[in-house]
Amino acid sequence: MTGPARIFDRPNDAIGKPLPRPDAARLATGRGRFVDDIQLPRMVHAAFLRSPHAHARIVSIDADAARDMPGVVGVWTGADMADMITPWVGTLTHMTGLRSVPQYPLAVDITRWQGEPLAMVVARSRAEAEDACDAILAELDDLPAVTDTETALDAGTPVMHDGFDSNLAFERVVEAGDTAAAPGAGGTVVERTFRFGRHTGVTLESRGTVCDFDPGDGRLTMHYSGQAPHMMQAILSKHLDLPEADVRVISRDVGGSFGIKIHTYGDEIACAVAARALRRPVKFVADRMESFMSDIHARDHVVTGRMAVDADGRITALEIDDMTGIGPFSMYPRTSAIECNQVLNLTGAPYAIENYRARGRVVFQNKAMMCQYRAVGHPIAMAVCDGLLDDAGRALGIDPVDMRRRNLPPDDSYPRASASGMKLDDLSQHACLEKLVQIMDLPARRAEQAALREAGVHRGIGFVSMVEVTNPSPMFYGIGGAPIASQDGAVVRLDAGGSLHVASSITEQGQGTNAILAQIAGGVFGISPGNVRVTTGDTDTVPYGGGTWASRGAGIGGEAMLQAAHALKGQVLDVAAVLLQADAETLDIRNGRVVDADGGAERMELADLARLVYYRGNELPNDLRPELIATRHHRVTDFPFVFTNGAMAAEVEVDTDTGFVKVIHVWAVEDCGRVINPLLVDEQVRGGVVQGIGGALYEECLYDAEGQMLNTTMADYMVPMAAEMPDITVAHVETPTRTSVLGAKGAGEAGTGGAPAALLNAVNDALAPMGASIWQMPMTPERILTALGRL
Amino acid sequence: MNREITLTVNGETLTHSVPVRMNLVDFLRHEAGLTGSHVGCEHGVCGACTLMVDGATVRGCLMLAVQADGTHVTTIEGLSDSGRSGALAAAFTARNALQCGFCTPGMIASAVGYIEGGGTADRDAVRAHISGNYCRCTGYQSIVDAICDVIGGDTP
Repeated sequence: MTGPARIFDRPNDAIGKPLPRPDAARLATGRGRFVDDIQLPRMVHAAFLRSPHAHARIVSIDADAARDMPGVVGVWTGADMADMITPWVGTLTHMTGLRSVPQYPLAVDITRWQGEPLAMVVARSRAEAEDACDAILAELDDLPAVTDTETALDAGTPVMHDGFDSNLAFERVVEAGDTAAAPGAGGTVVERTFRFGRHTGVTLESRGTVCDFDPGDGRLTMHYSGQAPHMMQAILSKHLDLPEADVRVISRDVGGSFGIKIHTYGDEIACAVAARALRRPVKFVADRMESFMSDIHARDHVVTGRMAVDADGRITALEIDDMTGIGPFSMYPRTSAIECNQVLNLTGAPYAIENYRARGRVVFQNKAMMCQYRAVGHPIAMAVCDGLLDDAGRALGIDPVDMRRRNLPPDDSYPRASASGMKLDDLSQHACLEKLVQIMDLPARRAEQAALREAGVHRGIGFVSMVEVTNPSPMFYGIGGAPIASQDGAVVRLDAGGSLHVASSITEQGQGTNAILAQIAGGVFGISPGNVRVTTGDTDTVPYGGGTWASRGAGIGGEAMLQAAHALKGQVLDVAAVLLQADAETLDIRNGRVVDADGGAERMELADLARLVYYRGNELPNDLRPELIATRHHRVTDFPFVFTNGAMAAEVEVDTDTGFVKVIHVWAVEDCGRVINPLLVDEQVRGGVVQGIGGALYEECLYDAEGQMLNTTMADYMVPMAAEMPDITVAHVETPTRTSVLGAKGAGEAGTGGAPAALLNAVNDALAPMGASIWQMPMTPERILTALGRL
Repeated sequence: MNREITLTVNGETLTHSVPVRMNLVDFLRHEAGLTGSHVGCEHGVCGACTLMVDGATVRGCLMLAVQADGTHVTTIEGLSDSGRSGALAAAFTARNALQCGFCTPGMIASAVGYIEGGGTADRDAVRAHISGNYCRCTGYQSIVDAICDVIGGDTP
């Protein structure tokens, strides 16, 4: 028998293979089971009256008329519901200094963003609930709205929260070395102010829940479109004062999440409160306008960056000052300071930089709440550093690829720490960069670019070298007191028919979680993945764990599955050894059969072994105690995160008359450690790149000065559609992490984290011959034309 | 206010009394139990509710149920059960042209319209055709690949 560390020494017919997802056919034939597909007996529907003002005092809410409307079974104002639940505060002890104020499901006394729920109506149909919302009279007194991030801390700006001395939520400074030193003769200093617009996730399936309370057994069941069932179980338990064991959270098919569906939303929690009060199931599914106004937003950073480089193009100092607006509260329980914190941690982290200074300030404002969305902090950190790097390269006349070659640490120099203190290991920055240059045929691209410039066509090519936070340890949230598991569990069971049933605490939102779990279990155990059934997303039936977020599913949940499958294999072979009167060390499991390890001769069908154990135990020796089930858990130790890396390039064409940017092609080389399924990971990287293109070129939550969001429809908030998107070439360098046997790091956020920087650099490469540059995203036609001096 | 409608859905004749303000996709999902058509935006942009009415590709959210009185409606369930979308479903699986799967029924319904209308395997043309269908998970590339595979006869 091979030990865990040697699993990959022998051929493997499952892990690493481009196998189609077993559940794809179900989804492609319309047999998905999403939250809004759930119909329960006596189910009623919720709708919310939401604040039309960004900031207002609630004078009165008269809901009497609504209570008499057809079909209405329950109406609650914020004041009503405040007595039925305890409030939450989005702070964590390790985010030193972070402050927020208690938050209820529905606003009490003051409403602080346009779209905040003020009152809830539950009725027989959603339409009747909405009718009744229209009959509620809310008297609101406008208060001055704090909307501009950059002036939120000014003396003349009203302070939003009573008892606070300013609108500051969090501040952190990172200092390493001496950033004041001059770059030396022949060097240069570049300084730019970067602006990153607010984005939101725009999951195609909007947020939703069906909450069901059974007074018979006192249990609350939440059907949840989300990423962290056990976290939500703990939150419902705490704030509805129910034992954790009496809260079940079920997450079946989830129609996109991207971090949007991992937070505590008042409207969803209110459904649990209402279900308990009404003793019947309550469904709420956000409509698209509600999604835009109440889903978390992200980014919204203004960063001043300054980089000094010596005459050889080597970075001698990097300074950044980041300011970000998070809405009126810090989101619960992960907090809204994490993105700023990540910007400080990650800016410059790909490069060998000794002198680094960063300040981050997080401010309250009267806009929708901001929190973790795919690639938290990465697009900002990468765009700032790589944008400055190329700016400096242009000043010195050094090619962008050479700038990276000179500043990326040697691939054999790991483990090492970034200037911000991040522990980095098993990275392959140079290998990824060289592979990128090769697959894109850079000399041909440059030649074509030069020829087209002669013809008046303005193409640009931009690069990014990035690091990416994956596989977080308990140092991410658990250390700060959040009820968020950092470890994950796996159960592997051999059934009587000879197939495996596995369960895992990581969740499926389309990444292919269930598929890779089957591949890992099958590959390690010795059975076709097609004979592995997978259960995820149910706190009653899966091991305890964190779920899928922060690119942790494959790396942490996958390793737990590997260990469990390996353990079960040993247990099964111990039984087989007794039955076959052989030494377990001489046996193996291949293709669903017990075989001789040496030579592969078939000894026994797994189904025969399982049936003997389950049905005819009388034939077994009495001292044999077969366990055809195994459980293992995994957490990351020694590192706060398992960093990974990648390199990307984008080619764009800028129309200098209209300001439109056409993306010609994107190339992405990603090192996510061991690739479990290239078919799945490649398209996941592409999807991430497209989301990054969206942020770089199109997507922005627009607000007016009074805090009214102006583009709350999908016709107005521009997301990438197929016609604007390029083909994207994906390649891999595989450097397995030594923190696990599986060796997998995350890949889910690479594209979104890196693409904006590559796009920014590509556009600036196109604009450079005209002496123009742009440092704001999204790079809309208006902003491009402004940069060109044409507006 | 309700009105009685009779329509044929996936070959079955249904008679329902529906509120006049109810849109077609809500009727199909919540009254007829056909939850394969999805609701993403309710204003005709995202394409998740794409289905067929009397042979035409339509948005189920932009048509009222009462407007479908007397029509023949085909949803993803009908396309699948009849085998009409079988090659597309197989190609979407083979190419991993779906992740969360929420857009997929509408995407496939649009692709059926494109292919049955004589659409070619020209990648730009395919991209243009499905640009009324929003997918947040894939990079669209695998969807284009899958549709081109079916047109080219490269069905797995």
